[in-house]
Amino acid sequence: MRDILKRLLRHRLAVFGACLIGTFALLAVLAPYISPYHPTRDFSLANKLAPPSSAHWLGTDELGRDMLTRILHGAQTSLMMGVVAVSIGLFIGAPIGAISGYYGGSLDMTVQRFVEILMAFPGILLAIVVVAVLGPGMWNAMIAVGIAFVPTYVRVVRGSVLEMREREFVEAARALGAGHGAIIRRHILPNCLAPIIVICTLEMGSAILWAAGLGFLGLGAQPPTPEWGTMLGRSRVYIRAAPHVTTFPGVAIMLAVLGFNLFGDGLRDALDPRLRGRM
Amino acid sequence: MIQYTLRRLFMAIPTLLGVTVLVFGIVRMLPGDPAQTLAGVYATRDTVERVRRELGLDQPIHMQYVQFMSGLFQGDLGRSIRTGRPVSIEVWERLLPTLELTAMSLLLATLFGITAGVVSASKPYSLFDYTSMALALVGVSAPVFWLGLMLMLLFSVQLGWLPAAGRGTINHLILPSIALAANSIALIARFTRSTMLEVLRMEYVGTARAKGLREPTVILRHAFRNALIAVITIVGLRFGTLLSGAVLTETVFNWPGVGRLMVDSILARDYPVVQGAVLMVAGSFVVINLVVDLLYSVVNPRVQYG
Repeated sequence: MRDILKRLLRHRLAVFGACLIGTFALLAVLAPYISPYHPTRDFSLANKLAPPSSAHWLGTDELGRDMLTRILHGAQTSLMMGVVAVSIGLFIGAPIGAISGYYGGSLDMTVQRFVEILMAFPGILLAIVVVAVLGPGMWNAMIAVGIAFVPTYVRVVRGSVLEMREREFVEAARALGAGHGAIIRRHILPNCLAPIIVICTLEMGSAILWAAGLGFLGLGAQPPTPEWGTMLGRSRVYIRAAPHVTTFPGVAIMLAVLGFNLFGDGLRDALDPRLRGRM
Repeated sequence: MIQYTLRRLFMAIPTLLGVTVLVFGIVRMLPGDPAQTLAGVYATRDTVERVRRELGLDQPIHMQYVQFMSGLFQGDLGRSIRTGRPVSIEVWERLLPTLELTAMSLLLATLFGITAGVVSASKPYSLFDYTSMALALVGVSAPVFWLGLMLMLLFSVQLGWLPAAGRGTINHLILPSIALAANSIALIARFTRSTMLEVLRMEYVGTARAKGLREPTVILRHAFRNALIAVITIVGLRFGTLLSGAVLTETVFNWPGVGRLMVDSILARDYPVVQGAVLMVAGSFVVINLVVDLLYSVVNPRVQYG
């Protein structure tokens, strides 16, 4: 454990990534206390699309709301959407992957076929299809992104379980009379934690990107919820008059995603260098 | 080889069938009654029932699927609720622009990604290496729709060099395809660099250098050719990402593609079009993956197929 931490701390980009994540998490928690205005209530049409000034550091949006306030609150929305989506993907995908990899045979074949079918919907498309069924909205977008992640978790967990299944300690546990459930939960999964943690961190970045993408298309969080993607989607028509409105939310998305990507890369190298190139 | 090709083709069939079942099922789960929607809000109950019979929606669900599949094989995907035109024509018209955008982006991504990766690897820790890898990190993390908006802001609004939206000339294609390609350029560059660095450490590269071959020859003829196989796989895998990124890029640049059509149809609850568009995109993705797989086996003589 200390070894891993040491390797992680030596990874300068990973440390930078962790700092970015920490900053956004802190800003998200503190948003209600440090924001100069209210994210939805403080609007003023007389002062709409104003460029950055001392009263509004990042300017105002199309309804005259303070951009800085909305971006700070957007950090709350985006991080929450990321965490919920990744958890949904993990809690559905990991058990399926573990069972499929452990038992193998026709069950595994069936699961893999199903995963293949889901993977025929590239990237954000599966999330868009799910939103079409559930209807647009913040919670539905989270569920949609989470479901779209399920195949990835099934694949990753199944792969690691397959690798662990034949190890001697598993055989030993079996010889001692441990049941299948106990073997999976107590012996196999704890040893598969490294790839699972890495994939969760990297997928946090994707989840934030996709949730913002759905918001941008009008399928995610609905106005007036401060969400970075939705803010971009709403303000893009004013790109000529007020470029700042489309610039800042995008910078926020990019930095947050960059943080998770850098930290995820570093974690991967620190936890298991062999994973390099596979994820 | 022929046997492998046939087996791969055969294996794609259940996946494609599964996709049709899934899309069919999802569209049946969508909120709202299609018969009511088509008949209009003020239709009498009799009219709605007649429309329902005409659409075959009074049949049991498995019969509906059989009807749907036989229609699919005849190229009949129903009619759009919004325009009344056949879905197959609506989607087909939009599929070409999407493929045009995706193909152009793939070309840019391969060209720039591989070049940047190879140059970076041949002079690691140089200024070029640091700059291109920093740019690659930005490219991986920036949302495609925001990148599109920023390109539009710079090259259309500020400089006025390129059109901001629409499709027509080659100039219209430049900004959307760069925006869409950026993420893939970044990933391909990073991957090419790390693969090249690995290959350059191999003994045979040392031998080539010891023979007195010039550095460019060593890099291009000896190292790059061996790195290429791994790089091609990554390039092939990018296609899906590009296809799904196209949905967002099309919205930014008002590009009349199938992704834009899909989102518009979802928002307008035009389900026959949603069904057709999703089927087309997923279907072409499966086919493209198959082609990439087969190409890979042609390029890589080391892989054995049994």
